[in-house]
Amino acid sequence: MELRVTNLACARGGVPLIAGLSFAVTGGEALVLRGPNGSGKTTLLRTLAGLQPALSGEISCPPEQMAYAAHADGLKSTLTVTENLGFWAAIHGQGGVSEAMAAMNLTELAERQAQNLSAGQKRRLGLARLLVTGRWLWVLDEPTVSLDADSVALFGAVVRAHLATGGAALLATHIDLGLPEARVLDLAPYKAAVTALPAGFDEAFL
Amino acid sequence: MIALLVRDLRLAVRAGGGFGLGLGFFLILVVLVPLGVGPDPAVLGVIAPGILWVGALLASLLSLDRLFALDHEDGSLDLLATSPIPMEAVVAVKALAHWLTTGVPLVLAAPVLAILLNLPGPAYGTLVLSLGLGTPALSMIGAFGAALVVGLKRGGLLMSLLVLPLYVPTLVFGAQAVARAAQDLAPDTPLLLLAGITAGSVGLLPFAAAFALRINLR
Amino acid sequence: MASLWEYANPVKFMKLSGWLLPVSAVLAAVLIVTGLVWGFFLTPDDYRQGSTVKIIFLHVPSALMAINAWVMMLVASLIWLIRRHHVSALAAKAAGPIGATMTLIALITGAIWGQPMWGTWWAWDPRLTSFLILFLFYIGYMALWAAIEDPDTAADLTAVLCLVGSVFAVLSRYAALLWNQGLHQGASLSVAPGTRMDWSYKGPLYLCMTGFGLLFLALVLAGTRTEIRARRAKALISRERAAA
Repeated sequence: MELRVTNLACARGGVPLIAGLSFAVTGGEALVLRGPNGSGKTTLLRTLAGLQPALSGEISCPPEQMAYAAHADGLKSTLTVTENLGFWAAIHGQGGVSEAMAAMNLTELAERQAQNLSAGQKRRLGLARLLVTGRWLWVLDEPTVSLDADSVALFGAVVRAHLATGGAALLATHIDLGLPEARVLDLAPYKAAVTALPAGFDEAFL
Repeated sequence: MIALLVRDLRLAVRAGGGFGLGLGFFLILVVLVPLGVGPDPAVLGVIAPGILWVGALLASLLSLDRLFALDHEDGSLDLLATSPIPMEAVVAVKALAHWLTTGVPLVLAAPVLAILLNLPGPAYGTLVLSLGLGTPALSMIGAFGAALVVGLKRGGLLMSLLVLPLYVPTLVFGAQAVARAAQDLAPDTPLLLLAGITAGSVGLLPFAAAFALRINLR
Repeated sequence: MASLWEYANPVKFMKLSGWLLPVSAVLAAVLIVTGLVWGFFLTPDDYRQGSTVKIIFLHVPSALMAINAWVMMLVASLIWLIRRHHVSALAAKAAGPIGATMTLIALITGAIWGQPMWGTWWAWDPRLTSFLILFLFYIGYMALWAAIEDPDTAADLTAVLCLVGSVFAVLSRYAALLWNQGLHQGASLSVAPGTRMDWSYKGPLYLCMTGFGLLFLALVLAGTRTEIRARRAKALISRERAAA
């Protein structure tokens, strides 16, 4: 189980943000992406998850092996916690809804509608979804937004348990998750140079 | 995929899901037309097939613009795009859910509303049959339109502008079938053409719509 | 021999269109003026339709171009989807308003012709109806271009719409035929034997049709050049912003 990224370049809204990025993540590992706002963390994660095409470079692992979680949790406000989670479990052909709820401390809220959850509870539900995807590589964009300290610790433990089963996690975050073993990758050196405009883009017009 | 269908049906019937709004719109339209046109039963009988079809078409269109927009706003669409279900199937299933919650009630309500419009007796069977054959095409074509405008803030009006011209053949064949039946003519030709449009739309448009959705996600 | 695709490069296209545009524009003007003068003043009145028939020299060419513009949009959209040449996407964008205008001219000249002939400005005849529907398709196409900010996204989505729209436009044409048999006379020009039109009419008509074709070419070239320049300006601005 390995994700190997080679010489990747990606753009948002036609503006190249990242170029020449190479790294690898293997099972049991967590990699934290760091970089100032606008450095392309979200763009990179969306590219890895297959939501947008890369300008160039190679990604060794198909998006079908990744579980992606971003700012929006994909929750339906009129469905209960169990229904929301059960839906994603069914989509991924997995079970384990009650285990996932237990892991993210949601069992007591099982029958509550998502619209009646607090922001932090919604976030926990969104992260519980990762557990029912059955995928080894978690691609997480700011997973700890609106979580309190206890919930961050809870989530850190969930990530560690996932790593222990041979999974891996790629996180864009500024907060310490309590994962001292996680490697850190700073994206700043890979900022796309203006001169490094990739082929087939607007430079045809310059 | 069944899970997606169940979820969409469940969302439609829960509070704020909009189930029944299309039907209510259909009813109001059918009531308003005689108020505007006048109560002459002969006139109403002649225009009834067209009114019923235009009404069904608009009722179906009105509930379509949020088909993908809601999933886009809450992030579900991103997550569905990364799920094991192909985007084409997502489109087809969501269009099916829309048809079940909007199209089928319209088909069932149409004969009752046709009484209000004095539709001639022999046309009732054809009315139900033509709407039953045609409304899946309306849902599918509308899903394509909704996929085109999913990323736009004010997509609703633009979507009507894009989708209504695409509705023309469906409307013409559907209303013609009913009108012919009302005049005791054989409605077979327009019905077959209508079935052809539905088959073609359901078979091909999921691919076009999925392409549009992927473009809009990137 | 140089490949045709070379002209898909904006710079090459600008160079080529730089001289093709004035040539086609001047030729179009000469042909249309000659055709209209010949048609309006040097051609006898029709024994049945009088001088009214002479609007044919505007009506038929504009109707022809209205359809050709859509076909060109379709081809350009396909080229964009398959080969990702920016110029073809921009040419499709440029063809939209031109085609819509041609459709409008055909509808208006048709109404002016129809009033004395059929005694009505408008009839729900299949041909008229098809053109009105074509006009609606053009409006939708242009509205989608205008609504989307990102140029490549807009190009992709409008190309799909054009493809799907083409199928439904053809279906609408047949639907209109089934719907009403119509008043409109048959095709004005026909390759079938026993053609109905005399050379005194065909001559200026052919001139006007060629002229409108060249006019369409000139307008598409001008429109595409504008789009390319706008795109270039945008690219320069974003490069400067990125450098800052």
